[in-house]
Amino acid sequence: MILLKNGMVYLSDEKKIEKVDVLIDKKIIKKIAPVIEEKNAEVIDCAGRHIFPGFVDLHCHLRDPGYTYKEDIASGAESAAKGGFTSVCCMPNTNPAIDNISTLNYIMRKARDVGKTKIFVIGAMSKGLEGKEIANIASLVKGGVVGLSDDGNCIQVAKLQLNVMRYASIYDIPMICHSEDYSLSGDGQVNYGPMSTKLGLSGIPTLAEEITVSRDIMLADVTGSHVHIAHASTKRTVELIRQAKKDGIKVTAEVTPHHLVLTEKACDGFDTNTKMKPPLRSEQDREALLEGLMDGTIDVIATDHAPHSDYEKELEFVKAPFGVIGLESAFPVLYTTFVRDNKMKLEELVERITSKPAEIIKKNVGILKEGAPADLNVFDLEESFTFNESEILSKSKNSPFLGMKMWGKIHYTICDGKFTWKL
Amino acid sequence: MKHTLNLTGRNLFDLDDYSVEEIEKIFETAKVMKEINSREYKKIPTLRGKTVATLFFEDSTRTRISFELATTRLSADVVSFTSTGSSLKKGESIQDTVYTLNAMGIDLYVVRHSCPGVPQLVNKYSNKPVLNAGDGRHAHPTQALLDMFSIWEKKGSLKGLKVAIVGDILHSRVVRSNLIGMKKMGADVVVCGPRTLMPPKIEEVYGATCEYDLKTAIKDADVVMALRMQLERQTEGLFPGLGEYTSRYGLSNKMLEFAKDDVLVMHPGPMNRGVEILPEVADSEHSIIIEQVTNGVAVRMALLFLILGGKPGREVA
Repeated sequence: MILLKNGMVYLSDEKKIEKVDVLIDKKIIKKIAPVIEEKNAEVIDCAGRHIFPGFVDLHCHLRDPGYTYKEDIASGAESAAKGGFTSVCCMPNTNPAIDNISTLNYIMRKARDVGKTKIFVIGAMSKGLEGKEIANIASLVKGGVVGLSDDGNCIQVAKLQLNVMRYASIYDIPMICHSEDYSLSGDGQVNYGPMSTKLGLSGIPTLAEEITVSRDIMLADVTGSHVHIAHASTKRTVELIRQAKKDGIKVTAEVTPHHLVLTEKACDGFDTNTKMKPPLRSEQDREALLEGLMDGTIDVIATDHAPHSDYEKELEFVKAPFGVIGLESAFPVLYTTFVRDNKMKLEELVERITSKPAEIIKKNVGILKEGAPADLNVFDLEESFTFNESEILSKSKNSPFLGMKMWGKIHYTICDGKFTWKL
Repeated sequence: MKHTLNLTGRNLFDLDDYSVEEIEKIFETAKVMKEINSREYKKIPTLRGKTVATLFFEDSTRTRISFELATTRLSADVVSFTSTGSSLKKGESIQDTVYTLNAMGIDLYVVRHSCPGVPQLVNKYSNKPVLNAGDGRHAHPTQALLDMFSIWEKKGSLKGLKVAIVGDILHSRVVRSNLIGMKKMGADVVVCGPRTLMPPKIEEVYGATCEYDLKTAIKDADVVMALRMQLERQTEGLFPGLGEYTSRYGLSNKMLEFAKDDVLVMHPGPMNRGVEILPEVADSEHSIIIEQVTNGVAVRMALLFLILGGKPGREVA
């Protein structure tokens, strides 16, 4: 048994933070009360610290199988644990892609063996993520995928996307859409705007996202599928989702910490760690994303953790791959930027990275209450640190936040009643 | 020299890092170099013992020759690297290429690459001064300096001049560097071309004026610069073809009448005669296109001289 004493605890049902003790027995949160005494428990004094439900990430790339020089399930799970995550969903753009039952089984088995973090798998929408034929969706669902996505790719042919959603609509899982029209994004490197002009790089217009988000929302309406818009990045995307929700269409959305915190200005200087898809946008877009998050248009924050090795990123800007890591910096970056600055309540932030994402994949995780799985973490919010490469546990170090001073130091992560991270 | 500004060891990625005084100092030094280039024996020994590497990852003839002449006229040694026939074909990265060259004792790099930001990368890996000789569509600061020097020589100053730049603005690194430099030196710059070849927010980024009609753009202009129009933009779906382009944006004598009487006509080269500029204009008394090339060597000599810390009048016995 583990007894967490004197901490400030976020209670999921009440959405409130209270000073209570938490007793963990095996894999379950056994008791929450103002004062708990338990002789047989390992006591952790959490005075002055905060205890949150284990974070849940809807969107990460663990690169396993196929690209294990960037990340693998073990290093990804460790990175997640250090970020306070106890559940993550991994995207199917592996090699081979997660479009078949044996790759799915390989990941689930390896995840179980590693054990550090609960890993949920997102299956492919199309075979080989090629956008040509429907993947074996029924088998993937039976095998346990929690959602479907061609993330990293986007099905360009509307008819195939329609059929994927229609075929999968009999299952209660989200269609996670990376919405991008390739004819518009083309060879774009950064946002189409002042920065693409200044740097002489091809631009990715906001339109490339919005035109496809519109399509995907309409397809959700027609098929009755639940569409989840991945990494929303523009003002009009937020408006489209807001309207769709008003119209009663089953649509949810996520935003990444980097799109909430940074703008295209960060690309000045050709740092390839600021290159990702969708690209960092304008200040206007960033503000609209934050507003959308606050009013519930955007449901959750997801990292889009996308590891790439240093020799891939230390190239010409045009040649470097898209994507940044995010699991270890997500909470401190958001806490530092928004909560400490009084732009967001701590309770609000925690909900958007715990119970809200768990609802979307319909899993009993990310909840801190009696009887729930013992997934939680302990942060010292008054402790600051500089985010640097040497402390990153992910195999890759491609973060746009390197060198940033952050508040919110993680002390413990507990997953299924076991310590998965200790400072 | 009038100024005592020190440019030793500086990089030239683009003109935004350079002050008005520094640019003027480059012009004044270029004037001296131009005089040296007009001598029968076009060589001074100031940079003897220094080694310059020209790294041309993208093909270029005139810029490379211009830099190499500039280097040898200052008595520095020059090694040329071109991506064809080099280890890059064997998959060697820029990082390793630079490490290798650096180990052989290079003092300064001149870099041309099709990807923006590569000069910064070369500087990061070499820790030596880098002159950007053109990186993708991003910047071409030595071209901008020679363009501005050419105007400065003729007009005495850029202050208050109206400069119209016409053509494929979107794909032009020459425009971007000139916009930064000319605005800094006090000129009003109008960019003109088809709307599909105009980068977004150009007014906001550079404080330029944007026109889609040639007549309006060159009205009362002191300088008109035409840019090379490339046929491949047609297959990229950006404009319908050269015929319509020339009829709307080609510089003809008739169009030039709207500009000032003493207008200077410029072109960074290579020209497509009969496309963006008609021969009657290219060869007219307004044209300083050939002199731009002459000035290119002088401006590059000035930069090498100032950055490698040459001292005027230092004669080696």
